[in-house]
Amino acid sequence: MKSEQLHIKSESRSNNIKYLRSAYWLISDILTITKRSLITYTRIPQALFFSTLQPVMFVLLFRYVFGGAIPIKNIQYVNYLIPGIFVQTVLFGSVSTGIGLAEDLQKGIIERFRALPMSKIAVLAGRTVADLVRNIFVIIILTGVAFAVGFRVETSVIFFISGLLLLLVFAFAISWGFTIVGLSAPNSETAQVMSFPLIFPLTFASSAFVPVASMPSWLRGFATYQPVSVLIDASRKLMVNFPSTASNWTVDETLIWSVGALIVLLPLAVFKFNRSG
Amino acid sequence: METPAIQVNSLSKTFTKAKIKALDDVSFEVETGTVLGLLGPNGAGKTTIVRILTTILKPDSGSAKIFGLNLSSQANLIKRQFGLAGQYAAVDENLTGMENLVMISKLTHLQKRTIKNRCFQLLEQFDLIEAKDRPLKTYSGGMRRRLDLAASLVNTPPLLFLDEPTTGLDPQSRLMLWESIEKLVKEGTTVLLTTQYLEEADKLADQIVVINHGRLIANGTPSELKNQLGTSIVTLTFNDIQQTKSAFEIVTSDIKNKSVIEETSIKILTEDGPKTALQLLRLIDSSALVLTGLNISEPSLDDVFLSLTGLNNHE
Repeated sequence: MKSEQLHIKSESRSNNIKYLRSAYWLISDILTITKRSLITYTRIPQALFFSTLQPVMFVLLFRYVFGGAIPIKNIQYVNYLIPGIFVQTVLFGSVSTGIGLAEDLQKGIIERFRALPMSKIAVLAGRTVADLVRNIFVIIILTGVAFAVGFRVETSVIFFISGLLLLLVFAFAISWGFTIVGLSAPNSETAQVMSFPLIFPLTFASSAFVPVASMPSWLRGFATYQPVSVLIDASRKLMVNFPSTASNWTVDETLIWSVGALIVLLPLAVFKFNRSG
Repeated sequence: METPAIQVNSLSKTFTKAKIKALDDVSFEVETGTVLGLLGPNGAGKTTIVRILTTILKPDSGSAKIFGLNLSSQANLIKRQFGLAGQYAAVDENLTGMENLVMISKLTHLQKRTIKNRCFQLLEQFDLIEAKDRPLKTYSGGMRRRLDLAASLVNTPPLLFLDEPTTGLDPQSRLMLWESIEKLVKEGTTVLLTTQYLEEADKLADQIVVINHGRLIANGTPSELKNQLGTSIVTLTFNDIQQTKSAFEIVTSDIKNKSVIEETSIKILTEDGPKTALQLLRLIDSSALVLTGLNISEPSLDDVFLSLTGLNNHE
């Protein structure tokens, strides 16, 4: 009896070690692929420079060109704008996950990865994690620009950083959706044009640049309740204490959207990757 | 008897989207320590076989074993037994040579402390040590292929898949790569190599499997394949394609031997070269056509290919 118990115990222990070992290799694989993608970004500094320049130009455009014509009650336009620009930036950043993946598929390096004993999920996860890191980098630069053009935090540093983390989490979840786009596209150019109709309505038919109340009634419903608006409203609440007209629970709703997107998109992406052999 | 390195048992694969039967009931074996040349024109199904045997692609039917391990159920064990170097030189052009090798070593789950040494050793072996810190973008085609081959060897696998290893390389680089492959074979590595070049198969392979349109059409040693053809080949050459075509009609209506047309020449396979040549000369003489060349020769592997597939290998 005792020896049987011992046997079961040692078996479960060896199982534990097996799980630990595969968890170790999964993380190691993800980090290796992440590092590879990040090195690629540093080897093509032009791409990183111009993809950072774009949101900066959006800030300048809306702050100094359009901003004067968009009066919003109880808030300065620059404070209204910046959370919206942050969200737009990280979402556009998540599009590059799909583009990068399509490019890798085209070049055949993924073919080699598939024949290695590495974890398959790591091929995708390494990419999404690298783009999360890239988004963090871009957001830090953009924060500097935001303060330079007159943006001020109306809550506290902790809340402001929570707002940034929230939109990074959301973008990370969405980037899994763009891995599916990247796996479906025949090449990186197509991945880019396929992403556009997905990301455009979500970013612009939202509360990012103007209040949704100014939109026609048929659009207003979508613009108010779609997840990107919920995220923007949550970020505004956390950064500049500007209440949402739609809900008092935007932060919780954003987290639910993010987790939900991850639960649906991640397995779909892995399924698609395994099938596209 | 030793377990064969590769056992392929009636593999079939159809790509439903493109409606192409990529593989149709293909079977063959590769003995451990030998080189198999998988020969066929573009789109014959060579890469599909490699992708299936390297666990990247699942076959519709049939089975395969690598060192006795079952492809469908023991893929993860199999993955540690082979290296794969591809025709597209699947390396990352933004990383340096060293970074590429370290990345592949890590993803192959080698022990961390052995990685640096192994990578240096491979860079040395493939004459890339001076270029190790340069991004691959700056490498020549030959250097990339060598790095690709080095990357497939990080875990010193007993089996190596080489998918058109020298396609698109200049003659000098090709020779260098051949030498590297021959050295690996000498050290005991089993190699499955796909190629469109008969010369390559002839030089490197112990056994040649010819496939076309997904079907295995010949399997044997290079000399066996050559013997299948009969003993000699008569080649007639003409001034232009029009004349060649007319001559081909005349020849094929009179002679039952297997014959193929290749630009401005006609090749006729025969047991008795001089006799067939005489017969042909009489035929041509009685027509208005002008013969510009006549040659009787031993069949080359090129001719084998031509007669098996009805295709010009260089097309």
